[in-house]
Order: sequence, then structure tokens, then C-alpha cells
Amino acid sequence: MVVTRKVEFSASHICRNPELSDEENRRLFGMAANPHGHGHNYVLEVSVEGQPDPVTGMVLDLKELKEVLERTVVEPFDHRFLNYEVPPFDRVIPTAENVARDIWSRLESQLNRQGRKLRLVRLYETPDLYVDYLGE
Amino acid sequence: MFRVTRRYQFAASHRLYTPLVSEEANRRLYGKCAQPYGHGHNYVIEVSARGPLEAHSGRAVDLAILDELVRRQVLEPMEHRNLNLEVEVFRRTVPTSENLGVEICRRLKRSWSTVFAGDWPKLETIRIQETSRNAFEIRADEVE
Repeated sequence: MVVTRKVEFSASHICRNPELSDEENRRLFGMAANPHGHGHNYVLEVSVEGQPDPVTGMVLDLKELKEVLERTVVEPFDHRFLNYEVPPFDRVIPTAENVARDIWSRLESQLNRQGRKLRLVRLYETPDLYVDYLGE
Repeated sequence: MFRVTRRYQFAASHRLYTPLVSEEANRRLYGKCAQPYGHGHNYVIEVSARGPLEAHSGRAVDLAILDELVRRQVLEPMEHRNLNLEVEVFRRTVPTSENLGVEICRRLKRSWSTVFAGDWPKLETIRIQETSRNAFEIRADEVE
């Protein structure tokens, strides 16, 4: 059984590789390479797999999942400029893929316990573009 | 490994009708969708591709390439068109969401390796919604 919780955060970023030319960055990232940055209302869905506890009937306490997501993701990311304020995005391009993978690495050890396992991090950069990361 | 999904929309009209069965059978099979003047939808399609991260871009799929492929193979031929009259395959195949999804998948698959050189990314699924109530998912490995 898989349980999914959704949170949102608003953040700005620049998608740009400093080792490439302006033209190569424009071709790769289009408007996302704008050196002043731009923003998104990111939507994050985190899925945890497990079996319902025979006593509580829950795979996991959703209050606990909510608290973990607030503390681990929303608090550091929300209303921030990722490239300037959220390591490792001072040196890693904050594409949706890299942000999803970073979120996975922050959550994994906190959610993989008591027979439960982090299964999927789905990050919507916009309503029309989302990335799924399922661990390696 | 990442799965990247991009959503696109196009508006098109169609009629669900097959000459292989009677008028009454068509009415029973397709209900209102068989009405003779046709009707329209805002189709929503989601194209999912799977691949590893490219180090220089931090992306698993080059979105500019994907957008251009979808524009050329799907949006341009189908946007604001009558599928039954203006998209060749639907002159002889009923344009149900299933058949439309398969046709979209086929078109993207056919041109995929000309725009994405190498083993990755791979086209994985097409998801199509005729209305917000029903969704159809087609796996690329199910389509010739």
C-alpha cells in the first residue's frame, strides 16, 4: 500500500551551467537561464510504501509525515532563492530532477523505518511539468 | 533514473462511429459520441520519458527537443482539427481516446531516435484525457 502526501512551496531559481556559454545555456534551458532568476509554485508529492498497522489501521501517522515534510522541505525551501540560499544548489543546477533527488536524500532516512519505505518523490515545477524520482 | 512528464493540450472535434455495425449498434456503443455532427474536446496528453541525469544540464530529458517533437508530430496536425476528416488514420479507425493515444504514441516513437540520439531518454507512456473524468494510459512498449 502506498500513502502520498502533498505539500507546496514557492521558490525562485536559475537553471544555468556556468561552464557553458550564454548561447549554450539559452539553447539548453531557454528562458529558465534568465540570470535574474524566476519562480515557481512547486508542488511536491511524497509517497511512502508500507502495510497498515493492525492496531492503528495506518501505514504511518500522517501527522508525523506532515511534520517531517514541513521541517525537512518546506521550511528550508519555501520563499527562498534556491541558487543562493539552499545548498547544494549553489553548485548543483536546480532543475526539477536535481531538486527531486535532493529532497529524496533529505527524506529517505527519516521515512525508511518500522517496515515503511520512501517510494516516490514527485515534483511539479509547473502543473504541466513534473519529475518522478524513485531512488536509484 | 528519472521519469519526466510533460503535459500538452489541444482542442479537436471527432465523432465515434464505425461503418462496420448498424446505426443502432453505433448508438448503443457510443451513445452521444455517435451524434452525426460530431462534438469536441480539450484533449490533455501527458508524455512520460525515462532516463538518467545528463551531467551538463541536470536534466534527464531535453525539454526543448521534446516540445518540438510533440509540436510537429501531434499538436500541429491535430490542434483545432476534425480528427475524422483531417487526420488520415481516423478516416478508417474510430478516434476513441484509446486509438488516439496509440496513434500519438506511434508518431512519437517513430521519430524519437531522430531527435534523441543514444539510448536515453526512452519514451515510456502516453496518458490521454478526453475529459477530466477518464484517463487512458498507453505504454510505449505496447505499441508497434
